Amino acid sequence: MTRYIIRRLLQAIPLLFIISLVLFILMQNMGDPLATMGGRKVTRREDRIRLARQLGLDKPVILQYVYWLVGNDWAKTDMDGDGIAETPGSRKGVLRGDWGISLVNRQPVMEVIGDRLPNTLLLMLVAEVIVISLAMLIGIYSALHQYTAADNIITATTFVFYSMPVFFFALLAMYFFAVNFKKWGLPYLPTVGMFEPEIGKTTAQVAWHMVLPVATLSFGFIAGYSRYIRSTMLESLGQDYVRTAKAKGLPRLEVVYIHALKNAALPIVTIVALDLPFLLGGAIVTERIFGWPGMGRLFLDHVSRSDTPVVLGILMMIAVAVIIFQIIADVAYAWLDPRIRYK
Amino acid sequence: MSESTLSQPTKGVVSLTPDELETPPLSLGQLTWRRFRRHKMAIFGSVILLLIMIYAFGGMLVFSEADANRTETGARLQAPSREHPFGTDTIGRDILARTIYGGQISIFIGLTAMVVEMVLGISIGAMAGYFGGKLDSVLMRFTEAVLIIPQIFLLLVMAKYFAQSIPNIKVIGRTLSGSVLVIIFVIGITSWPYLARIVRAQFLSVKENDFILAARATGTSTRDIIFRHILPNSIAPIIVAATLSVAAAITLEAYISFLGLGVRPPTATWGNMLEGAYNYVDSAWWLWFFPGLLIALIVLSINFLGDGLRDALDPHSRAI
Repeated sequence: MTRYIIRRLLQAIPLLFIISLVLFILMQNMGDPLATMGGRKVTRREDRIRLARQLGLDKPVILQYVYWLVGNDWAKTDMDGDGIAETPGSRKGVLRGDWGISLVNRQPVMEVIGDRLPNTLLLMLVAEVIVISLAMLIGIYSALHQYTAADNIITATTFVFYSMPVFFFALLAMYFFAVNFKKWGLPYLPTVGMFEPEIGKTTAQVAWHMVLPVATLSFGFIAGYSRYIRSTMLESLGQDYVRTAKAKGLPRLEVVYIHALKNAALPIVTIVALDLPFLLGGAIVTERIFGWPGMGRLFLDHVSRSDTPVVLGILMMIAVAVIIFQIIADVAYAWLDPRIRYK
Repeated sequence: MSESTLSQPTKGVVSLTPDELETPPLSLGQLTWRRFRRHKMAIFGSVILLLIMIYAFGGMLVFSEADANRTETGARLQAPSREHPFGTDTIGRDILARTIYGGQISIFIGLTAMVVEMVLGISIGAMAGYFGGKLDSVLMRFTEAVLIIPQIFLLLVMAKYFAQSIPNIKVIGRTLSGSVLVIIFVIGITSWPYLARIVRAQFLSVKENDFILAARATGTSTRDIIFRHILPNSIAPIIVAATLSVAAAITLEAYISFLGLGVRPPTATWGNMLEGAYNYVDSAWWLWFFPGLLIALIVLSINFLGDGLRDALDPHSRAI
């Protein structure tokens, strides 16, 4: 098993290099980060040349990529424009843990991302807990009541939710629970931000502000997972060992929740592990609509201003998360199902 | 007595055999249609889809494209009324007319992005599955690399990358924003990996069959083996994936347009009609409700259709 994990990690390294190189080249041609640096005024020509030189944007793409990767403290740069490279670089490069400096606000990338990451993780983890528990409940219920009226209604509803675009759900939810509840004088849900500025960032405020974003983030996953759990539960309920358990007179609860669910849950563990990093992606639209200060909004803001270091930082972080969760999914599967062996 | 029963088969069998001979065996298409017909959700989906098509393309007869793009600054943000059944948007354009013309573009993007995805996915999957070996592992690593970045992030980066001032184009007397092509291309080149994996898996299993060995023994060319023998035998999951990917492409277009990196005005799509609409949640619900509802309906009906096709084409597989 250890050898398997090590091999998977080694295989991931070239993959990450390729992804980062391709994204880096894409980012370089995406727009002009210098255009907005002059504030409201158009950046002057001489400022533009000076800034490009100081930020190293005048170098060939491949050299910029090498600097991003391994740093430039071994090379000298020409800072004052006299044609002589005299100042040694100060960057250490990604491989030594230096993700560079944001072109927008000159803060280290790790700080910029670190400010936002907890907000997104909070949203994601709460959503994930709700998704798993609700999907389990709904899926098991409809598997145990297959083809009853309740099951058919659940099936139709999950299909509708599964197909509904995130923004449409979000807008409908906002319209009902914020706009109309306010109109009717009921306690209404807030739609923007993490807390009311005048009250401050208290736990109650954040929780109250999280209701709509979490609901938006989770509804599609609840629909998808509950269908999946229903079908795996139905499959394992039809197995011989379940019949044996029933035949020897075990209580129904024990048969369903211990014998059947244990085996039905196996593929779900894999799916959850593989989807978890993708929740970060689903959060883009949600965070935009609800003004949630997380990674998705950070990504949008910095893509629109062509801030290569921050955008690459976010993307590479997600890529690493995806790879790690893939390995975790494989390992968890083998651990839960002793029939599976990796070589 | 015993001799007669032995020489002649029992009566029941005799009466069955001519019956079966009279009805010719059903073709794959007929069998599929029989199973599809019984799938209530799929029929429901097809009907809704047909109605949306009639709405988007039949509506052309009632409203001209000029109606859809005419701005009337005096009539901004008007609630649905007799004159404007779906209301007007922030610069006074009629939302009903815009959903008709926007629908055409959204459906067009869905279908063409699907074609781009098919071409890439089938050729990469087929090459990897048929030739195997080094080529297979290189192509599969490449596929993994694309899959590792969530698609929405890739789409946003690529849409920004290709979006730099593409001129408008003329198609059959209509002017389209060049960004439509960009979006189609970008959705196509970020969606193929799943399809490539499906096609590869199909090729890996089909190519082990004896009829492929026979084809090879009779000197059939590689191209014919791939396109005449293996591909038609792996078509079922490809059709299902193609159907579902139309819905996915329509949704993705809506997402990037919603986030402001999609199709540029004046061309309307259901997605870009929603851009900035969340600023009007409380004041003008009709801005986002109608295009949003249409997107939700078309995606739902295509998903029903795809689900029905999956059950009909391949009764053994039951996904979700």
